[in-house]
Amino acid sequence: MSIDSILFYLFAVIILGSAIMTITRRNVVHSAIWLIGALVGVAGLYLLQGAEFLAGVQIIVYIGGITVLFLFVIMLVPVREEALTHRFSSQKWIAVFCSVVVLVILMAFVVHGGGSLEFPTREAPLEPGSLTKNSEEVGYVLFSEYLLPFELASILLLVAIIGAVVMSKTRKSETES
Amino acid sequence: MPRDYIPILIFVVVAAAFPIVTLLVAKLIRPSAPGKTKLEAYECGIAPETDTRGRYSIRFYLVAILFVIFDVETIFLLPWAIQFDALGLFGLIEMLVFLAILIVGYVWLFRQRALKWA
Repeated sequence: MSIDSILFYLFAVIILGSAIMTITRRNVVHSAIWLIGALVGVAGLYLLQGAEFLAGVQIIVYIGGITVLFLFVIMLVPVREEALTHRFSSQKWIAVFCSVVVLVILMAFVVHGGGSLEFPTREAPLEPGSLTKNSEEVGYVLFSEYLLPFELASILLLVAIIGAVVMSKTRKSETES
Repeated sequence: MPRDYIPILIFVVVAAAFPIVTLLVAKLIRPSAPGKTKLEAYECGIAPETDTRGRYSIRFYLVAILFVIFDVETIFLLPWAIQFDALGLFGLIEMLVFLAILIVGYVWLFRQRALKWA
């Protein structure tokens, strides 16, 4: 096995282990902390694919931003311990159905796709000191081919700003009471 | 490629080992005197009145989501900055349009006094 394969399986174990811990923790805050482990693993997979920019974004935005957001949401919603004891009962059959569908799809990929569990290595290994290449490529493509989606992203962010403020605004009637 | 990340790996190992080693060393050298009072939540010496999971102000959420939004905005600045020379004036104008749309939101935020903590 090549070093890329070993690293791939290492990150896969980190992701799966953290994900299982995320959904089985009784304490919601612990779940959010374990989610960080899964997100770190995904960032590692991006690095293995040579997508350094994406890996950086994964860490800065998802771990630095989204997880903090999750923790705030957990703090905003008072969760009783008793409410967490029946976590898996109500949606059990829907969950089983979804899991089977995903399993079938993944098995189809494993059976038809190459038939090898070896992680594909890049044809031309990057020369030393070319770590920023990926970010440069992202910059070039973003500002030429994907110009419209890029500008639309700013409108999406604007909508998010307005939505967040409008939803969290206290109404006049509420502040008076 | 993985060889380039050995310094980062060293950082990760040191960062992970530091709390573990600290806790282990502390456990070895400190005297052990467990007590029920020590496990209780400390609230300035007063017995805690409510659960820790009280409801927090929605403003925390607002600040967090605005942080994420402007975080993403800053992320978009990075590829532009790296390719600044290659993109030239066209890229600059594109970025200004991008920023202008977001600054509209930022000005609106201020006009709404959404960031005021009162």
